[in-house]
This record gives sequence, C-alpha cells and structure tokens, in this order.
Amino acid sequence: MSDSSLENARALIAALPYAHALGLVLTDFGEGWAEMEMPYSADLAGDPATGVMHGGTVSALLDTTCGAAVMSHPDTGPTTATLDLRIDYMRPAVPGQTIRARADCVRVTRSIAFVRATTRDERDDPIAMATGAFTS
Amino acid sequence: MPVDFPRPEPVQIVKQRRDATLNALVGRVPYIRTLGIVFERRGDELTAILPFSEKLIGNPMLPALHGGVTAGFLEVAAVIELTWSIIWDDVEAGRVTPEDLADPEAIRMPKTVDFTIDYLRSGLPRDSYARARVNRMGRRYASVHVEGWQDNRDRLFAQATGHFVMQAPRRKG
Repeated sequence: MSDSSLENARALIAALPYAHALGLVLTDFGEGWAEMEMPYSADLAGDPATGVMHGGTVSALLDTTCGAAVMSHPDTGPTTATLDLRIDYMRPAVPGQTIRARADCVRVTRSIAFVRATTRDERDDPIAMATGAFTS
Repeated sequence: MPVDFPRPEPVQIVKQRRDATLNALVGRVPYIRTLGIVFERRGDELTAILPFSEKLIGNPMLPALHGGVTAGFLEVAAVIELTWSIIWDDVEAGRVTPEDLADPEAIRMPKTVDFTIDYLRSGLPRDSYARARVNRMGRRYASVHVEGWQDNRDRLFAQATGHFVMQAPRRKG
C-alpha cells in the first residue's frame, strides 16, 4: 500500500473511539486483507492471577482487523457491519507483549464477506483465530 | 411445650454476604472495571449492565457500539455467571468468603475456549444489559449462552454461545 493510503486508513481507524481506547494500530493492508497491532495494557487484564489481557480485547482486535479487510476489498462498499464472529482462544497471550492480527477475506459476495483472522504475540505463536461473516 | 426451631439467618446478613462475594469476584478483574460493567443480583440471578460511554463507540457515523465491546461484554456476563454458578453452594454454606476472593489464585475463573457472537442489531449509544444461562456444566467443560439487550428485553441486539474449560479448584489450606 502507498504511504498516503495507509495514512488515510490509519486516520480512519484512529477516529473510532473504542479502537483508540485500545490503542489499535493499522500496520498494513491490501486488497481484501489487513494487519493490526494492539499494545499490552494492564488495565485490560481479564485474569487477575496472570495479568493476561481479557478475551474481549482480542475479540475487538480481531473484529476491527476483519472489518478493515472487508473495507479494503475492491468489491465492497465503504462501510461494513459484523453479522457473526466466532473466536477460538488457543492459548493466552504473554502479558506485556503486543498482539498482532491479520485478517483475509476468503470470499466476498454482493451481500456478505466471509473473513478469517489470526492473532499472534511476539513469540509468533497463534493466540486466537476468528471466523466471521460481515456485510459487504 | 414449644419446640425450638433453628432460626434462619437474618435476610440482610444473607444478602450482604452474597453481594460482598459478587463484588469481590467482579472487582478483581481490571477489564471489567475499565469497561465499567456492573452486576445486579436477584437471588442467584445476575444481570450484567454496561453503562454507555463515548469511548465504547466503534462506528461514529451511526453511532454504534464497537463489535468488540459487545463481544467483551457478553463474554464477561458469561464467565461471571459460570463462576457464580460454580461457587454459589460454597458461598451459601460460608465455605467461600469475599476475603478468599482477594487472593487471585484462590478461585480461578474458567478459561474461554471459544465464543461465537451473533450480532442481531447495531448496539445503540445506550446502556446495555446481559443475562447468561449455563446450559451444561461438567467437571471439565461448560457451555454457556448469553443474551444482550438495550431498551427492550424482547429485542436482543446480540446473543452468544461460549465453551469454557473449568479450572481445578485451588483452595487454601
């Protein structure tokens, strides 16, 4: 992606209050795919014993990355909404590490975009994956 | 000759114990505090409440709640309901106290294996409510369904089903 379109897309994401609250950053995107990062925050821990970030934050990262992948697809409209999202939590992220997500549109029809996404922490191990249907 | 029945515990003592335990359970999770989620209790029935706040918006044009907020809110409602179901008998019998919950290692919450969210309507900039039902609770796994609504109980804006792995109890002593 050219620097200016990445800047524009980043500004679009930064204008979403909840994405801003979680510190989500769009790191790259292309036609029908997107990559984002979420920094660690102790305020968003879900398990008081380990400090691991709550699953809800990972859901938000996955949902946002999937939405960005849908909007970057050439055959979709300017906005999208999540119809359904399944998240599999495969292992806890290491507390303190940034979580990276990548989402790809698997198939886009006139009404629906089918999207898959995975997240990894700095060890590059899969943390969670998502399968979603979005309006296109 | 009158028979002495054991007197039941005064109702305010029972309520105080239940509420203090629930508050201790909920209060130790930073994510719940950051989102501002609170719980109301009627007997053993819990309702999760997410007061609206501007920072929860995901689509500023509509505006609508972020899908990740809805997912996180429903997951919190499901996990707390499940944990509450697990400890309820022990709370009633006085075997689990609010002080026990101060130790984060004492009662571990079940871990989410998967969570599937059905987005039925966009989340309006209003307070949201959720109630969860434990459909199956075995020794190792549990399945929980949760419904979320805003102004109207019959018009859900989202529902979800999750599977959880139970944690081995680590009691003191």
